[in-house]
Amino acid sequence: MDNTTQPTTRGMNGLIEDWVSDKDAFKNVSWGKTMMWIFLLSDTFIFSCFLVGYMSVRMTTDVPWPNTSEVFALTIAGEHIPLILIAIMTFVLITSSGTMAMAVNCGYRRQRKQAAILMLVTAVFGVCFVGMQAFEWTKLIEEGVRPWGNPMGAPQFGAAFFMITGFHGFHVSIGVIYLTVVALKVLRGDYEERGYEIVEITGLYWHFVDLVWVFIFAFFYLW
Amino acid sequence: MQNNTDTQPQQHPISLYFKVWGLLFVLSSFSYLVDYMQYQGILRWTLILVFMFLKAGLIVAVFMHMVWERIAFTLAILSPPLCLLVLIALMASEASYTNLNRFIFFG
Repeated sequence: MDNTTQPTTRGMNGLIEDWVSDKDAFKNVSWGKTMMWIFLLSDTFIFSCFLVGYMSVRMTTDVPWPNTSEVFALTIAGEHIPLILIAIMTFVLITSSGTMAMAVNCGYRRQRKQAAILMLVTAVFGVCFVGMQAFEWTKLIEEGVRPWGNPMGAPQFGAAFFMITGFHGFHVSIGVIYLTVVALKVLRGDYEERGYEIVEITGLYWHFVDLVWVFIFAFFYLW
Repeated sequence: MQNNTDTQPQQHPISLYFKVWGLLFVLSSFSYLVDYMQYQGILRWTLILVFMFLKAGLIVAVFMHMVWERIAFTLAILSPPLCLLVLIALMASEASYTNLNRFIFFG
């Protein structure tokens, strides 16, 4: 951008022109990618607020916190396995992150069919994850867990659980829609001229969802 | 900002992604084993944090391509969350105070 030219446009168009003529600080990074990262940064703060809030209520309560290892245990084939559902969900999400990384790689190699297919596979894993989360919610609600109380221990458990996993599940659901839309556009060849950076930007969002899960898994389920 | 980023695409060997993918699987298994083996106390918390930061680091660095970005960009994105440490410290001190009061007056 040339900063020495005098502004010519007035009114609303002038306002827009002035804002977009800012000098760039991030070389070799497109606006799309910058903006996705800034959005993810703001999302980091939202999830951090939830997790810090969870830390606060867990530290303040003098009622014992429910044992997550037992709350999320499942009996599979007569075998009682602690926390198994959450472990499976973690592996599903990591697998989806792997296929997403492959999709980005294929995109930059301009193999648009493979990129689109891998993105759709990623979306399917996302749907699996949300499905398991719905199962988990149903199970806990049937066991009497509510945002204001539960039979296992500290009443704050339900509030923290529904808020944190609900918001994360919402992010996964949005990610599935986003991935599907971009994958179909990639498949149709909409990005043949502009290049396939869009796959990387979509991937950033998806990897972020996985990243948040790493923290939720550590602090909410394992701690 | 350049708009023709596809003229210099980021090409990394696909084997790198497979290695990181495998490593994430192994680290997740370790995290799960921490619970399965029923480790408690300091050992449990240390292991959880170590595996968590290793996984988060791998995802951000390789899958989100942060190692290949310029420092100006990396710092702009990764340094702001550091102020969360202040929030955590404030809330932890406040929470332990509340807990103490509950213990004294309702315990």
